[in-house]
Amino acid sequence: MTRKSRITLISLSLLILALAAPLLMGQPFYINIGSQVLIAAIFAMSLNILVGYGGMTSIGHAAYLGTSAYVVALLTLQHGFGFYTASLVALGVVVIMAAIFGAIALRGTGITFLMITLALGQTMWGVAFRWSEVTGGDNGLPDIKRPDLFGLNLVEPGLFYGVMIALFVIALVGMWIFTQSGLGLSLQGTRDQPRRMGMLGHHVWLVRWIAFIIAGFWAGVAGIAFIGYHGYIHPLSLGLANSAEVLLMVIAGGAGTLLGPVVGAAIVVVLKMVVSAYVSRWVLLLGCTFVAIVILLPEGVVPGLERLLKAILPAARDDEEASS
Amino acid sequence: MSIGFWLLQSLNALALGGLLFLLSSGFSLIFGLMRVANLSHGAYFMLGAYVGLSVLQAGFGFIEAILAAGVVIAVLGGLIERFLLRRLANRTLAQVLVTLGLAFAIADICLMLWSGDPMQLPAPRWLSQPIRAFGFVFPGYRVFVVEVSIVVAILLWLLIERTKLGAMVRASVDDIQMARGVGIPAQKLFSFIFCLGAALAGMGGVLGGPILSVYPGLDGEMLPLALVVVILGGIGSIGGAFVGAYITGFVYTFGQTLLPAFSYVILFLPMIVVLAFRPSGLFGKSAP
Repeated sequence: MTRKSRITLISLSLLILALAAPLLMGQPFYINIGSQVLIAAIFAMSLNILVGYGGMTSIGHAAYLGTSAYVVALLTLQHGFGFYTASLVALGVVVIMAAIFGAIALRGTGITFLMITLALGQTMWGVAFRWSEVTGGDNGLPDIKRPDLFGLNLVEPGLFYGVMIALFVIALVGMWIFTQSGLGLSLQGTRDQPRRMGMLGHHVWLVRWIAFIIAGFWAGVAGIAFIGYHGYIHPLSLGLANSAEVLLMVIAGGAGTLLGPVVGAAIVVVLKMVVSAYVSRWVLLLGCTFVAIVILLPEGVVPGLERLLKAILPAARDDEEASS
Repeated sequence: MSIGFWLLQSLNALALGGLLFLLSSGFSLIFGLMRVANLSHGAYFMLGAYVGLSVLQAGFGFIEAILAAGVVIAVLGGLIERFLLRRLANRTLAQVLVTLGLAFAIADICLMLWSGDPMQLPAPRWLSQPIRAFGFVFPGYRVFVVEVSIVVAILLWLLIERTKLGAMVRASVDDIQMARGVGIPAQKLFSFIFCLGAALAGMGGVLGGPILSVYPGLDGEMLPLALVVVILGGIGSIGGAFVGAYITGFVYTFGQTLLPAFSYVILFLPMIVVLAFRPSGLFGKSAP
């Protein structure tokens, strides 16, 4: 077995162990944390497409999660839609929104792109906050019922967690396929060498735009899971702090790695949970963690661990050549 | 809606435009020189307003409050530049993310120190006399804000266009390596411009206090406005910040009056038009 496949095997078994852990602990409290981590992980993986594989740092990604959750909430509460029909509409809305916002934001690159995504994200916050006749303004929209699935009542934490595991695995496999696909590879190419990729005949702008839409779509999926879990949506969920939180997950875990955002999501969600139990200063800690991670651990936890594993595992000679 | 209403709204728009200029001219200078999008800028504005509030509550005058906020925020900016941003030289994204993290930290500390209640800074009596002109009465304080922003704009323009320091700044904006090569102390310029930009934001916060008042979340509302201004006007250009600030002031004020629920959406229309036809902004030279 090569070293690379051994590392994959170790990562996979750790992942399965981590997924099983909340169930082994048994109490609903831990199972609910598990659900929250998985929702955050899907959200962070979607942003990783832009930040990690596309090299495009967006600070407005919460707008897609939030909009999708708001659409589900509005349609089920005020227009009598079922949860799943509403979810399909929400995904459509989010994809259209990502197509429009992407076209605007991709007029800029680098820091300009970052500033435009931040501004656009705050627009959606402004709409949710100010358009109070429809969105409930600062009160948010409460009491969205968790739906049944195949006759199973998902109010039961364990069952909901099971659905989240299924959704997470679909997202993870989807993400893996994406990174290996032609589109994913050209996206990584445009990240590293945009000019050369353009010269080789790749339509750099189009590749980035499609990536932007895919990222928006998966953030929308996370938004549906979010509203299904919490049953409540507030303008804060699509604000700047939430966008920064998900960016922290991606960067802390390791941008541009498959499992980095997952590890980052687990770290941030658990940290937030622990801190909030003792003090109400989560935002201060979020800010300080951001500064600390960027300065001390810029590449993230997962690449660091990977290096550690490579140092521990002895390498076969042919493997060494293959990887170098 | 009478003419008087429109005139009054126009004055409000001009006053907001003036505040946005104070906020975004510093942002734009910092970005132009150091390529750092300082996402703490909204937090500097809010912290400045809170510092001004405390100085006023301690019994000092309005001018002292403005100066104190300017000094405090300039020192804070200087420390951040010296001990955090300089360590991350040439790592633009890391610098931007650090300023984002600091924005949250500053905002939460403000919440801790000054509580979550909205507070209005009292406008000094000698500035809030109503002004009568053309048969209408205008609130004097807003006229004062507009005047201050125009004076600051002229001073900044003179500083950048007519002094040796300004010439060094312009040279560094155009070609930092060549500027270093001919002996321009770029590091000192960075520190100076960062402190200046921070001070402008802090003083803008105090000046805006009687109009906008100060409350948690003010930072998050001002930052996107500043971003829109610099994207509109072109990054690194004082003239661009001036024009962008007044356009944004008008669009936002009238949007808020006519369609309050969508004032944020309307705000982005001019930005989208400019991005579509001139991605580098109205006064920008080239895309960074």
